[in-house]
Formats: sequence, C-alpha cells, structure tokens
Amino acid sequence: MATTEKFVLNMGPQHPSTHGVLQVQVELDGENIVGAKPVMGYLHRGIEKLMESRTYQQCVPFTDRLDYVSSMNNNLGFCMAVEKLAGIEVPERAQYIRTICCELNRIASHHVFIGSLTNDLGSATGMIYAFRDREKILDLFNIICGARMTCHYIRIGGVIADAQDEFLQKTEEFINYVPEMLDEYDRLFTGNEIFQKRMQGTSIISKEDALRFGMSGPNIRASGWDYDIRKIDKYGIYGKLDFDIPVGKTGDNWDRYIIRLQEIVESAKIIRQCLDNMPEGPFMAKVPKMLKPPKGDAYHRVENTRGELGFYIVSDGTNKPYRVHIRRPSFINLQALDHMCKGMVLADAVTAFATIDPLMGEVDC
Amino acid sequence: MEIVDLVPPELKNNVIVTSVDALFKWGRANSIWPLSSGLACCSIEMMCAAASRFDLARFGYEVFRSCPRQSDLLIVAGTLTWKMTPPLIRLYEEMPNPKYVIAMGNCNIGGGPFADSYSVVTGLDQIMPVDVYLPGCPPRPEALIDAMLKLKKRIQHPETAAGSEERMNMSRENLENMIRPIAPGKVE
Repeated sequence: MATTEKFVLNMGPQHPSTHGVLQVQVELDGENIVGAKPVMGYLHRGIEKLMESRTYQQCVPFTDRLDYVSSMNNNLGFCMAVEKLAGIEVPERAQYIRTICCELNRIASHHVFIGSLTNDLGSATGMIYAFRDREKILDLFNIICGARMTCHYIRIGGVIADAQDEFLQKTEEFINYVPEMLDEYDRLFTGNEIFQKRMQGTSIISKEDALRFGMSGPNIRASGWDYDIRKIDKYGIYGKLDFDIPVGKTGDNWDRYIIRLQEIVESAKIIRQCLDNMPEGPFMAKVPKMLKPPKGDAYHRVENTRGELGFYIVSDGTNKPYRVHIRRPSFINLQALDHMCKGMVLADAVTAFATIDPLMGEVDC
Repeated sequence: MEIVDLVPPELKNNVIVTSVDALFKWGRANSIWPLSSGLACCSIEMMCAAASRFDLARFGYEVFRSCPRQSDLLIVAGTLTWKMTPPLIRLYEEMPNPKYVIAMGNCNIGGGPFADSYSVVTGLDQIMPVDVYLPGCPPRPEALIDAMLKLKKRIQHPETAAGSEERMNMSRENLENMIRPIAPGKVE
C-alpha cells in the first residue's frame, strides 16, 4: 500500500509573489495546504533602536521607509504623536494639506495593491494599468515636495512647504479622473470571470476570527466590522468631513479587493471636500529647532493604508526619544496567513498573501 | 592581408565582418535579463521603471526573470540585512556567467540611513563584486535606466572602466575569496 507524507515547501525569500523578502514555509498534503508559517526578519533594520539616537526631527525620515508605498501616512502618525507629546497646535491649512496628501497616498498604495494582486493572478496587464495611474499621484508629490516615494513632507508642526496652486489644480484634475479610472478597472478585472472565480469564496476570515487576530484596516472591514480610526478618533480634520466606511460581508479575497476599490472612491470624496474648504493661513506652527518635549509618553494612532498604525513615544526631556514603539498593521495582519491558507490549494496561497497586502518594510520594521 | 579582401564583391554591402567577441558583447549589452528580486523601497521604483511610463522595454531590458538561472543581472534593490545575505549570495552564485550586479540605492553603497544599525550590511561590495553603483534613496526610475545604460557601455567597452577586465575574467577562487558572508560578531 502506498503511503504519503507531508511536504514542506519554502516560498521565498526570493519569490515573485512575496512582495519583498518574506519566507513562507508551506506544509503541503498533495496540493492542499495544511499550514503556512511566515518567517520574518529578512528586512529587519532596527528602526525603533535607531530612532533612540536621533533627534525628533531626524526620526521622521525613518517613518518614510517603514511603509514605503504610503509614506505620507507614516509621517503623519509619528508627527502627530510628537505633537501630542510636546503640545504643538497645528495650523488649519496644514491639516487640510496633510489630509489631501494622506488620502492621495492611500489611493497610490491601493494602486500597488491592485497591480501586485493582478500580477500574482497571472495578468501583467493589471500592473501596467495600475502603475500608469499611480504615476499621476507621484507627479503630484513631485510638485509638492520634490520626491516620489519617500516624501518626508509632513513635519512636526505642519508641512514643510505650502501647497502651490499648480498642485491643487492638478489634484482636482486627478479627482475628476478617478471615476473613469475605476470604470476601466471594472471592465479590465472586476468583471473578469476567471478573476472572480479565483477570488470569491477563497481564504474566508469570519467576523470573529478577524477580531481574534487583531486585524485592522481594509482586512477587518472586509470581514464586516466598520472599524476605521478616521471615524473613531476623528483625528485632524476628519471629524468635519463627510465620508463612508465601506464594509464587506463574507471576508473572502473578493471582499478585500472590492473594499479597496470603494476606499479609492471615499478618498476621492475626502480630497474634494478638502480642496473646496481649504483655508488660507500659515502651513507650519512655530516649532523650536531643538525640540525638547516634556517628560512623559504619548501614543497616537492613525488609519494607515494597511490598518491601525500607532506610535508610542517615551520622552525623558531631552531632544531624543527615550523609546519608540511602532504598532505596525502589516505585522499583525500577517498572523492570519496560516488561518487563511488552511484547506486551500497552493495557488490560492498567493492570492491570500496578496489580499492581506503586507509590506515587508513595515512587518520587519 | 585584410579580412575585407576575402569577401566577394557582391556581398560587400550585405555582410558585416566582426569578431566573435565583439558580437557577443553587443548581444549581451543589448538584451540584459534582470532578476526580479526586490528587497525594500527601491524595488517599487524598479517596478515603476519596468511599468508603463518609464518602460524599460525600450532599451531591451524588460525581461524580468524570477529564476536566477535565466538571468544575468542582479539588481540589489533595497536595504540588505545580514539575515538576507546568505540567500542573496546563493542567488548570485546560481546565476550563469557572465553576470553583472547593480547596487541600487544608498543602502547598498554604504548603508544609507541605516548605516549605524546592528543588522544592516554597510555596502554591498563587502559581499559581492559590484559593477554599477546607483545612489539615491530611492533612485528615480530614470536613474535606474541610466545605470543600465552605463552597464551597457561597460559590457561593450570594458577597457573604458577601470578593473573591469579583471573583474570579468575573475577566476572562481578569487570570487570565493571576495564573498565573505560573515555576520558581525559571528566567527565560523
């Protein structure tokens, strides 16, 4: 009688579908996955430790390199935590510019999600289209701060430069383009039958499980929770804005994809409101060059593209943080990988991985 | 006697006479197949360079291979940590000769912003020979295209780049001496 045994397959760290340097040890029974164990640390750069030897202003560029496709959101999280610690009031115009930049970056990050997901499912066309539209947003960042990805535009106390008319005008042009762009995506992939069959009903995370894994961001909203820090904390000017939180039903791969498409619409809505109500005034508060926050600690969380991004900063009264801890959403969302892959076939592991949308810079920190 | 004299007159306008070496260099320089290996931030810009706007395909370099055995250029895009070093060296060794390396980004030139970190390799040239250094954090896609054109020049005219000929004819033993995958504080 023939006997079979389980087979352990190493995916990564060099694999086209692991979005960086993640290693996944997949345990296989034939083609069915019995377990998937992520092995992390291939990009561990010790950012939390490095921050202890930098001044507060020098720490901000490191946050760009945490989650490098949504760097503006990371800048915002750290700067708001320091502002909370030092008691700095940010001018209103700066808050509007910050919100515009963060939401633009959210759209750009979802472009990378769409591009890599379609690429992993075997359609390189999707990547070409998504990156074409992402370039439009990177052009806007190029106008406002001169960088494409690692912007370092949001600083402690405001933003480093005022938003020019050219930026505001081109942003409006982009917002007008969003419905046409989404329509094209719908015709390209959302309506594609193979795409739907690969996504619907695979890697389901139930409502309870999503909470149990401590997930956040689009991943928990796809499972049915309307958990969005922008609505709960109403930080910045989000309390004044009118937007909805898209919520999924089943928590499968398909929901996680659709949620992100709907979030692009909501982000566009937020940007339009900010453009309409943009006040005049200063764009930077008066912050001392040698910033010495009082002794104490502060925690601030923002809704990053991937979920709840929190910065916990302990100050000992000097110009350098005593300790910084970063709650990284990708790292916590990645815990669900094993649960998502169990019972699926090997080809679905790639889809599951793409819809969690982790970034290794943030996972390993 | 000139080689040209041997060519019959009716073929003079149709035939190019060259050496095998020059032909190979021409072929290698114009169809580089990079390995699609990304480590960190720079890999996103590498993807941008291959995607619609910058379109690396214009230069003939768009065939990104996932397998090292099919590729001849390793673009090390992103921060290299000591934990990632053994897999990267294995990738490099699995690539067939002749092979080239671009150190993309400040991290691979000297550690970049993470130079004083305990886990980051401060410079790719500590562990493997590098052909082109590409500064930037991250470099723009145009810069990557420029680096690949510099690499093309280097392949076609190795005499213009110092040390290039030795590097290309480097024996296996020398190469192994250059590769020292020893993490700090760890003695084998």
